[in-house]
Amino acid sequence: MSQTLFDNIWDQHVVKSISEGLDVVYIDQHFIHEVTSPQAFDGLKKRGVSVFRPEKCLATADHNVPTINQKDPIKDPESATQVASLEKNCKEFGIELYGMGHENQGIVHIIGPDLGITQPGMTIVCGDSHTSTHGAFGTLAFGIGTTQVEQVLASQSLVLNRPKTMKIEVNGTLKPGVTAKDVILYIISKLGTEGATGYFVEYAGEVFRNFSMDERMTVCNMSIEMGARGGMVGIDQTTIDYVTSRTEISNEKIESWLKLNSSEDARFDKQIIFDAKDISPMVTCGTAPDTGINLNAKIGSSKHLSEKALAYMQFDSTELISDQKIDYVFIGSCTNGRIEDLRAVAKMVEGKTKAEHVNVWVVPGSMKVRAQAIEEELDKIFIKSGFEFREPGCSACLAMNDDKIPSGSLCVSTSNRNFEGRQGPGARTILASPLTAAASAITGKVTDPTTMMEPA
Amino acid sequence: MKINSLAIPLPIQNIDTDQIIPAKFLKQVDKLGYGKNLFYNWRFNKDGTPKENFELNKLHRKGAQILVAGNNFGCGSSREHAAWAVAGFGIRAVISSQFADIFKGNAYNNGILPIEVSPEILEEIMSVISKNPETEIAIDLAEQEVSVSALNLKAHFDISPFKKECLLHGVDETQYLINLRNEIESYEKKVA
Repeated sequence: MSQTLFDNIWDQHVVKSISEGLDVVYIDQHFIHEVTSPQAFDGLKKRGVSVFRPEKCLATADHNVPTINQKDPIKDPESATQVASLEKNCKEFGIELYGMGHENQGIVHIIGPDLGITQPGMTIVCGDSHTSTHGAFGTLAFGIGTTQVEQVLASQSLVLNRPKTMKIEVNGTLKPGVTAKDVILYIISKLGTEGATGYFVEYAGEVFRNFSMDERMTVCNMSIEMGARGGMVGIDQTTIDYVTSRTEISNEKIESWLKLNSSEDARFDKQIIFDAKDISPMVTCGTAPDTGINLNAKIGSSKHLSEKALAYMQFDSTELISDQKIDYVFIGSCTNGRIEDLRAVAKMVEGKTKAEHVNVWVVPGSMKVRAQAIEEELDKIFIKSGFEFREPGCSACLAMNDDKIPSGSLCVSTSNRNFEGRQGPGARTILASPLTAAASAITGKVTDPTTMMEPA
Repeated sequence: MKINSLAIPLPIQNIDTDQIIPAKFLKQVDKLGYGKNLFYNWRFNKDGTPKENFELNKLHRKGAQILVAGNNFGCGSSREHAAWAVAGFGIRAVISSQFADIFKGNAYNNGILPIEVSPEILEEIMSVISKNPETEIAIDLAEQEVSVSALNLKAHFDISPFKKECLLHGVDETQYLINLRNEIESYEKKVA
């Protein structure tokens, strides 16, 4: 059958078809965090029903947790209550929790793959829009609201409209210094923040084939920033090596995974092709993730930059983005808080010192990533460069904890959203790759990382 | 379900859920009281006093139950708190030319109608309610129709028959799924 990977996984998970395009879909794995789950557990209690498949749920605390002195009680009473509620609910309903201090704790989209829980062919949900990250493994993974969290807890299923499919190909070879983050910022800048609304995206072509799992996760993570229901990459040896190095998988299982891939003649509702050589390091200049521009471009060159955004960012559209003096650098989040991201940053800044006026926070995505970084002595490099190396959590990506960028300050961030006030009220965010963030930390202004790299 | 009401113009594109309800208000463990913090950073001055010129503040006092917003309303985070804030503020329908998928689902699940119209019709409605805040808009879910008598305009909107049924007859989707537990278990056995 000339089916797509998306179609193959969807069809395997239909419990019941309600009407044309509307199905009850079974969910293989449910990730849970403290912010979007308390009301769902409350709903179960009111109904007097149990969690249908607690063994298919896994919880962690990530959004609210401090990134300094995690062993101490959380100071903010509301955050503390939310984390305590998660602990209480998980205990009451028999759900495994990797809470604060646990060696497996971390950002939900970082720990799932790293623990071998995320596996090809699965349907995966979480009350978090960046659940699309798991699509890197050839899964059908997407964010849901709290009502749906309750539904999955109660039935391990959801009533879903079948989305359309879109294939985004990037062919050729990337230029030096161009990373997965630049590729996805480039794609979003071309499609716009609503360009993939209603679609499930499959990323195909040489560039994604050559990417590691960490890189594929960065790409799939930001699928939601162009409105996509989710994003996915086909299953190949890279996928299998990653999963089998973390958990035992039978050969039959691997065979069955490979059969899920889109056939050569698979039909997508929409198909878009890009050339890798057109992509350069990218940064955003506005208050939506589609305002990505090249580092040597003028701020006004973004076709998605509104007057409102320009005013909020306090930019002059005739200036170059790379001239802008920055105040903060944030390296972390479910987009770029994995070990390869930290290695790339360490390699770039080793032996260099940050600009004096800049605060640099390196926040690993999980306890495991942090431990690995320490084992590789990356922490020493960061500290020597004047960076703060912190404990894991979502941190300044959405500033629910104390990691807020002060009003008016400009932050180069490896996270996924530059919305008004996202990193704190009045904070101004420039989204960038870990390499660009690292280079900018050293110079104190928005900097093209290729200007600091040794010629290949 | 019928709504006849004044409407609040919010002619801004790509309104994300961080604007609808900022992250600092996501720390509750219940669904109550989010309405007062809807569009917090746009509605209030730094000292916490309301911005008198912000349309939402003006028309809220007149009991408007419809929000008319620019394209791609509700993009970004999956937080259902955004829908709780919209509903908590007394809004029962949002009209736009496109909604982000997750917000749209959250809206239905909280009894808010996300009504998609063409960009041209959105423009017409936005323009008339901006010029004349007393303009009434009528929404009829059974007929799937939004009408503005001042414009002599009637527009059809789409909704899945299942969601329509849920809203019209108070069908609880969660209970529907709980009732399916036997079928879901059979599915599990089949694929095991």
